[in-house]
Amino acid sequence: MDRRITTPLTDEVVATLRAGDRLLISGIIYTGRDAAHKRLVELVDKGEPLPVDLKGQIIYFVGPTPPKPGEAIGSAGPTTSGRMDAYSPKLLALGLKGMIGKGSRNDAVKEALKRDKAVYLASTGGAGALLSKKIVSAKVVAYEDLGPEAIRELEVKEFPVVVINDMYGGDLYVEGRKKYERKGDS
Amino acid sequence: MQRGEARRDVVRELDVAQVTEAVAKLAIDACTYLGDDVMAFFEKAIDREESETGRDVLVQLLENANLARDENIPLCQDTGLAVVFLEVGQDVHLVGGSLEDAVNEGVRKGYTDGYLRKSAVADPIGARKNTGDNTPAMLHVRIVPGDTVKVIVAPKGGGAENMSAIGMLKPAQGRQGAIDFIVDTVSKAGPNPCPPILVGVGLGGTFEKAAYMAKHSLMREVGSTNPEPRLAELEDEIERRCNDLGFGPAGLGGRVSVMDVFIEELPAHIASMPVAVNIQCHSARHKEVVL
Repeated sequence: MDRRITTPLTDEVVATLRAGDRLLISGIIYTGRDAAHKRLVELVDKGEPLPVDLKGQIIYFVGPTPPKPGEAIGSAGPTTSGRMDAYSPKLLALGLKGMIGKGSRNDAVKEALKRDKAVYLASTGGAGALLSKKIVSAKVVAYEDLGPEAIRELEVKEFPVVVINDMYGGDLYVEGRKKYERKGDS
Repeated sequence: MQRGEARRDVVRELDVAQVTEAVAKLAIDACTYLGDDVMAFFEKAIDREESETGRDVLVQLLENANLARDENIPLCQDTGLAVVFLEVGQDVHLVGGSLEDAVNEGVRKGYTDGYLRKSAVADPIGARKNTGDNTPAMLHVRIVPGDTVKVIVAPKGGGAENMSAIGMLKPAQGRQGAIDFIVDTVSKAGPNPCPPILVGVGLGGTFEKAAYMAKHSLMREVGSTNPEPRLAELEDEIERRCNDLGFGPAGLGGRVSVMDVFIEELPAHIASMPVAVNIQCHSARHKEVVL
């Protein structure tokens, strides 16, 4: 059964989320991928304020296609999250509560999720057309020069995700694969 | 004079502007209309997939493809670098400018007019500045008999491309070593490249030929059989082993991890056994036209 949640996320809500749970997210989320993460973490390292307050927020790893006239956004599915592994722990330490992407995270990120009480979520990779329909509005809020990699504020309605890594060390990629793995006689 | 006239009889003139138009249209079509072979695969795989989450993902992928087609939205936000294969008939005389420029103009036009994402960055290990129009095309040209030009456009996303690998294996590793390398590459990729994936394999040749064959093999139709029985058997064996890995659709666990395995092969050097693996996500996009 899909559970409905709204942003921003609180510690109390995060504590109830378990690997394998299916969620429908409504509210504001922020986009950010490689280049934006690099800039954000450079600011963190210099001790300077970020262009967006990430406390309680969710970052969606996405670089959408340009919107057609009259549309809020173009195709908008997740990108591979592993490339953000080098940056995510520093943002989680600032109070970021969730990330949406696809693909495995490294141990440092999984540890940071436990330490900072946060979750890693996945939307379906390659379903960018379908997911764009769950995005009500989009506006660039930082790094416009980065084009598709700019930070956008998205208003989403019932945006479908599944919990991959929870704050207790649960990992759906590991558990799901183990269930269907066949060893030996091939 | 006579020689010139004779040549005009057999040589067909083709304006490269036609190549530009073809590349632009094929890029947009490839990013919007998923091939019937992939759609048919999803439909059949839904019946076969034992995992409920896996089935849900496959249903979403079908819905996504229908929506993309009906509302002209790119299937995926990663509309890729534009890989272009040209098979140019040797009896064609290309006029109207540089062929390479014409292909790049087609990419520029298709990615702009089609509202596709421009994903090319210059100075890849430094400034990584977007080139702004998704050029340059990743162009592969072959000269073939005939008087036509075949244009294939295959937008290639980064997520699956990043999970690809090439192994310059030792001949002593043999068939089993090659299979293990391929399955290991797919296993390490796991959920990252958007499974169910296609596994393109280039066996033999040199370093660059192996990689080229792996990429070119992905132009084959999903579900097609390799005409060489030895390779067809090898493809089946690798597919079975990959599907036993268990990561399933979107990597959430399941039976359907791989859509198909395609192999191209060339003789190798006596000292070498190159094995290239090019991973393709389920959004296996390529369209072609003959001019």
